[in-house]
Amino acid sequence: MAESFILIPGRTSKQGVGINEGKFGETYQREINVLQVAHEDFDRLGLSPGAMVRLTSESGEVQVAVEAAKPGDLPAGLLFIAYGDLSSRLMGGDTHGSGMPTSKGLDVELEVLETDSTTQ
Amino acid sequence: MCELAGQVAAASCERVEDRTDENNEHMATDTPAEVAADTKIVRDATCTFCGCVCDDIDLTVKGHSIIKAKRACVLGTAWFLNHGIDDRPSCLIQGTPATVEQGIERSAEILSSARYPLIYGLSDTTSESQRVATGIADWIGGIIDTTTSVCHGPSGMAFQGVGEVTCSLGEVRNRGDLIIFWGSNPAESHPRHFTKYSLMPKGMFVPNGRKDRTCVIIDVRKTKSAKAADIFLQIKPRSDFEVAWTLRALLQDIELDPEQVERETGLPLEVWQDLVDRMKAAKFGVIFFGMGVTMTRGKHANSEAILALTRDLNRYTRFTCKPNRGHGNVTGADNVVAWRTGFPFGVNLARGYPRFNPGEYTAADVLARREADAAMIIASDPLANFSQPAREHLASIPFIAMDPKESPTTRAAEVAFTVATYGINVPGTVYRMDDVPIPLRPAFDSPHPSDYDVLLGIDRRVRELKNIQPRGT
Repeated sequence: MAESFILIPGRTSKQGVGINEGKFGETYQREINVLQVAHEDFDRLGLSPGAMVRLTSESGEVQVAVEAAKPGDLPAGLLFIAYGDLSSRLMGGDTHGSGMPTSKGLDVELEVLETDSTTQ
Repeated sequence: MCELAGQVAAASCERVEDRTDENNEHMATDTPAEVAADTKIVRDATCTFCGCVCDDIDLTVKGHSIIKAKRACVLGTAWFLNHGIDDRPSCLIQGTPATVEQGIERSAEILSSARYPLIYGLSDTTSESQRVATGIADWIGGIIDTTTSVCHGPSGMAFQGVGEVTCSLGEVRNRGDLIIFWGSNPAESHPRHFTKYSLMPKGMFVPNGRKDRTCVIIDVRKTKSAKAADIFLQIKPRSDFEVAWTLRALLQDIELDPEQVERETGLPLEVWQDLVDRMKAAKFGVIFFGMGVTMTRGKHANSEAILALTRDLNRYTRFTCKPNRGHGNVTGADNVVAWRTGFPFGVNLARGYPRFNPGEYTAADVLARREADAAMIIASDPLANFSQPAREHLASIPFIAMDPKESPTTRAAEVAFTVATYGINVPGTVYRMDDVPIPLRPAFDSPHPSDYDVLLGIDRRVRELKNIQPRGT
């Protein structure tokens, strides 16, 4: 069953390093393709690192692997992902007259596809 | 060497020192193995990865690569050490290797024949290139927009509405005693911000450095920056506007409903009152705000609220406010487009005079609405970062891309130029996030052309195709 969350795409230093190494390289691709879930939510949903979830926003849908945020880093109900292809797929094209699509604080529905990555 | 390189070669050469220089401080600090016979040291090189534009980096250069970047942060080190010479053709047309001249010709044809062309990007190149690109937009009657529109464009709109009480980073370093980061995470995006400018330095009026400063972080999550704070205020997501107006109200001694404040901001009224008291008591306060403010619901209204709060605070003390700019020369893009057109980004030149309207003439909009029929993307990667409708449309129209690195955008471009890297191969000027222009001191030549040279070629050819007479005739 899907649950509502707020997604915060943002920068990370690893992502910045990955941009310099090359966007098709492992560092960048790994960083933009993992979703951080609040520690409490991670445990509550019975997830393990690498488990897959589906995120659905008003504008798009992606499947992404998860990892637990460090305890205290993310409050329950918040998700974090480094800017990149997946976060862009969840953004809408409308900028509400500002030139800036709403790129942070996106309402998303999270659906667990598998709780354990080893079942792949 | 490009035209621009020739102009500044003398200045650059003065900074390039041979390893045999007895007075070179690196001789004392670097091990012999690190300073081999075929290396040279470039002192005080400028890092252009982020808006801090640190200009105190000492590079150890070996052939066509940088093997050490002294004083650079993790991002700067990755920037310098990973921008060697890409073994790719300088130009590809529809994926097939071509000469640069052929690429310039095809680019000029695309832009000259388009009805609503877009020129976009420009935050990771020199101000000299930005100037030429703006001129091309004028010749072709197109739109010129920069990555500002999808980072601090809302702040640019807010500046026009509210104004900006600002200062240089040098003033922050020497005077700032209350430093607030709001929706900004410099520990990851600007790693030397704390140590070079805002928290750690011992300044003229803050002689004890960090001990003389109070750091407050306002964010929705406990970022790495939050760990450096004296006070971390974790606010409710999407409540930046409410927080700023709560602070403005408290500053005016307006009585607020504590339950409503906590419900809307996520923190009790006492916390905000304490912050207001600290703000009023500061001798020199600074708010650095980031994209946590501008990219979230409210956007320019959030920026306006923070700028207005800063203005209000100046009734009590000296307080300033600065956007923490991301890309190395995004501030230069604002400056150059503004001094060429009168507006900082999102400018439509189709009628022969500039019109500014974010939301109408900004890249994210003209692409998502499927309006642009051609584009030139300079030093940017919208096919990685734009919304899906915008990306789909860009991929469907002929466009030109220039980048030192291969990216989703260069891969899909009809004409893709591999260009030399600014600051590493190309001299010129960039603007630090506080609008201070900084010269670049390149480390080694590139076999690839600079985007400046490519743009000059396109500019010349566009004017020929459109039968525009040279200036002054």
